[in-house]
Order: sequence, then structure tokens, then C-alpha cells
Amino acid sequence: MAETSETGTTSETRTPTVVVDDVHITYTVHGGHTGGRGSATAALGRMLRRGRTAPAGRRVHAVKGVSFAAYKGEAIGLIGSNGSGKSTLLKAIAGLQPVERGRVYTHGQPSLLGVNAALMSDLTGERNVVLGGLAMGMSRTEVRERYDEIVDFSGINEKDDAISRPMRTYSSGMGARLRFAIAAAKSHDVLLIDEALATGDARFRRRSQRRIEELRAEAGTVFLVSHSNSTITETCERALWLEAGTLRMDGPAKEVVAAYEEFTGARATTPKK
Amino acid sequence: MTTTLAPPVREDRHKTPPEDLRALALRHGLTVSGARPSLPVYVRQLWSRRDFIAAFATARLTAQYSQARLGQVWQVMTPLLNAAVYYAIFGVLMNAKHGVPDYVPFLLTGIFVWTFTSDTVLAGTRAISGNLGLVRALHFPRASLPIALALQQLQQLLLSLTALGTILVGCGQFPTWSWLLAVPALLCQALFNTGAALVLARLAARTPDISQLMPFVLRTWMYASGVMFSIQNLAGAGRFPDAVVLALQCNPAAVYIDLMRFALIESYTAAQLPPHVWALAAGWALLAFAGGFIWFWKAEETYGRG
Repeated sequence: MAETSETGTTSETRTPTVVVDDVHITYTVHGGHTGGRGSATAALGRMLRRGRTAPAGRRVHAVKGVSFAAYKGEAIGLIGSNGSGKSTLLKAIAGLQPVERGRVYTHGQPSLLGVNAALMSDLTGERNVVLGGLAMGMSRTEVRERYDEIVDFSGINEKDDAISRPMRTYSSGMGARLRFAIAAAKSHDVLLIDEALATGDARFRRRSQRRIEELRAEAGTVFLVSHSNSTITETCERALWLEAGTLRMDGPAKEVVAAYEEFTGARATTPKK
Repeated sequence: MTTTLAPPVREDRHKTPPEDLRALALRHGLTVSGARPSLPVYVRQLWSRRDFIAAFATARLTAQYSQARLGQVWQVMTPLLNAAVYYAIFGVLMNAKHGVPDYVPFLLTGIFVWTFTSDTVLAGTRAISGNLGLVRALHFPRASLPIALALQQLQQLLLSLTALGTILVGCGQFPTWSWLLAVPALLCQALFNTGAALVLARLAARTPDISQLMPFVLRTWMYASGVMFSIQNLAGAGRFPDAVVLALQCNPAAVYIDLMRFALIESYTAAQLPPHVWALAAGWALLAFAGGFIWFWKAEETYGRG
């Protein structure tokens, strides 16, 4: 095509991997209860309340009309103050949170980095590596091939044979390292990372930073949610700034982070209205 | 101080009007995230996760008693202790063994087979609501969870059956060819249980209170299924109309319990089975499994949300 040379930087020549089209996300918060826990009397109380007032709970409008397109090869940082809707947006991109209005289009299946929930602390590290790998959608042979790599990367076998012990006997740092090693073993088309970089000691942090870089190279697109502005500017070239559920700014990471820092700094010094 | 306010939204090369975004996505063949797959696609996805389902079931089974001193011995000890308690209460104290030949094998078979159904149903209610972390973090067909838990209960049952076999031989019930009938009976029961687990997983995912209610439902169901007494003997007593007795006998739990007794106990004859018993067993199994699976799939995109 002749036009590619002229329109080299427009969206026409690049392949979009995630398109977020005017997305609104709301969710309902039930009065303080989180699931099937609680005493029998509490359950009875809930049943009675449910009978009286049908639309129980408060609705929270977490994301209000966000639109953007992400392209292959991009690493995009999401910044914003607490409760601005960053994690919610990430979950919607992963298809784990329904959108109220608008659409999220993706290339392949975006995945959140993390397997914590699939692991069982009563099982040995060995079995958790297999279980975690399978939970992320790897096949048994893939897990077998990657097994040594995962264990070596986690470094938990450096002192003793910790991998054959139940995970509940691990120190919190060891557990976190093994979890990251398992989660980072699979490459994804679109990878979503929610504050995953701050685990383990300094040496392991460097190693995981390198692994993230590799994953970025293998993955089409990486989204990173972090409260560390330096992590965003080091890892990402583009940043989205969410504030109170709306997209406040979208552009090169350095500019967006600078504007965000100015905003938070200004907020900290000016008295509240 | 107007200068310290944040700048307005920048219009740059990433920003495109919404109408164009939809066209852009469709032009590059992107798919809508989080949409429910069609039933054939869903079945294929589930099949590709079979290794995970098996590993999850085995992991749960192993983790269950890993903190106990005696460890995996409890896999067999738990059903045996249950059986001892029921024997003491129903066999000795209440004398339900009156008119039932080979009462110990009768009772034990009843309890082990019933426990399989009841534990699977209970596990089903917690399949989604008890694994919300997993559902909210990873992508997989959600039916994997109830199916894996049903598989875990099947593994548990197979362990209990080795104990049951030993006791049966101890009671003078030696293996015959009819023991092989236990295989199709258990297969039907496992299908039925999985279907029931799928139904309850969806119900309890929406209304967590279901799991508070289930123990009562299950206890009523157990007493209605002739676990520790013979339904047939109720008919002989003449206190209930025949239709009620027949209805009790045709309920899936009773069908599977009686089939296992028929397979394993010599003195339990076909005369004590309801009519068309194998058709009933297969019918309940197919109805529950197919119905439960489709019904669970229909809410696939809603699990773990809200």
C-alpha cells in the first residue's frame, strides 16, 4: 500500500488490540455483606430485608464514558488517585466485569497477571506450580516444559528443597516470589498488570522487572496499573490518567505523569473546598 | 489559583471519536470482551480445560486432610465413623433393622451412596460463591468449578467404596457378577450429581443464602430416600397410599441407593426395586446433567460479578 508511508503514525497502519468504546461501569454494593458468610441470623435478616425492599444496595458509577484504542506493541500505564476506576477498567478489559453501556473489543483474551486465587496453601510448591499453570490455561506438557524455569526463576529452591514443602510453610516473600514466577510463566496477547511489581526483595524485584520487559516483548499490549509514577515512566511509553471515572488525559507517559504529579501536588497544598 | 488546576483533556493521536472506535474494532476483527460463548464453543473450551478440572479436583481432595495428623486416613475414616453413628442410632436404638435382612450392608450402602449425592450438591452451592477469587482473577469456563467439585466427590466415593467392599465381605457378602452393576449405577449417579451441582452453583452464585438453606433441604431429602430404612416396608405397613411410596422410590436419590443395594447385597432382590428402574436412573441422569449444564451456561457471563 502506498499510503502507509504517508500516514505512518496514524491508527490506520497499526493493529488495535484493545478498543474501549464509551464504556460506563456501575456496580451494586450490598450493605456490607460480601458473600455467603455470616451467621444464620444474619442470613435470615438478609432474606427478610430482601423481601421488603427489592432494589437493595447502592449503585456506584465507577467508570463514566471512557474511550480509547490500544495498539500492538504498546505498554500503557493507568494512573489516577485511589478509587478513580483504574482496576475496574482493567477488569472490564479482561472481561471479568460487565459494562453498563458501551463496549470493550479485544484481540484474543486479555489476561490479568496473577494466579494467587488458584493456588492452595496446603499443597506443596511443586503441585501449586502445576495447578497454577493449568489454571492459566497451559496444557500439561507446557507446564512440564516450563516447570524448571518457573522454580529457578522464583529462586525458592536456592537454600533448601522448599518446593516440596506445603506453601503454607513459606515466608511471605517466598510465597510472593513463587506466585509471581508462576503468573509470569505464560505469555499473553494482552497482559494486564495490577500493581504486581512490588513483591520480594530488591534482587527479585530487578528480576521480575526484567521478566515484565520480556512479557511485554512477547505480548501484543501491556496495561499496567501502578501508584508508582517512576514505574509508569520506566515501563510505559503511553499513559492514561483516570480521575473519578473519566479519562482526564491520554498521551506520552512522561507528559501525563508530569501533569498528574502537578495535579496531586496542587491538591495537597491547596485547602479543600 | 487557576494556574495549578489540571489541564483539560488533550486531543492527540490516540483520541478518536466513539463511532470510529467501533468501526476500527470491527475492521480488525476484534471481539467483544466478556461475552458468553455459544454452547458448542463453550463445550470445546471446557474440554480444553480438562487437565485443570482433574488437577483442581485432586488438589482439593489432597488438601482436605493435609493438616490432620492421620492425614489421608480420614478419607476412609470419615464415612466409617458416620456409618457407625447411624448404625448405633437407627440400627440399635430405633430398631429400623426390623424386617430388613443384612441390615449392616443395607445401611452402609445407603449412607455411602447418599453421602455422594449430598456432598456433591453441597459442594455445588459453594462452587462459585466459595471460589470468587478464582472467578474474578482468571478466565476459564465457569462450569469447570462445579464439575471439578463433583469429580472430587466421585474420587472420595471411590475411596469410601474400598472401605465398603471390605465391610461387605466381612458381613458375608462376597463379590458376585452382580457387583459389576454398580458401575453403570454409579455412572448415572455421578452424572445426576454433576447436573445438580451445576444448578445449585448458579442458584447460590446469585443468592448466597441458598447455602444456609441447603442442609435442611438435604436432610429432608435424606429421610425421604430410605437411607436407613426400607421404603418398601412403608408400603407393607399400609400407613401411606401406594402412590406416595412409589413417588418416594422414584426420587433420584432412592433410585441410585436401591440400585447399589441391588448390585451389592444378595438378599436385596429386583422385587424391591421400583418398575423401570434403569430407565429411571438414566433418565434422571440425562435430565439433570443436560438441563443443569445448559442452565448454568446461560448465566456464564454473570458469575463473580455484582
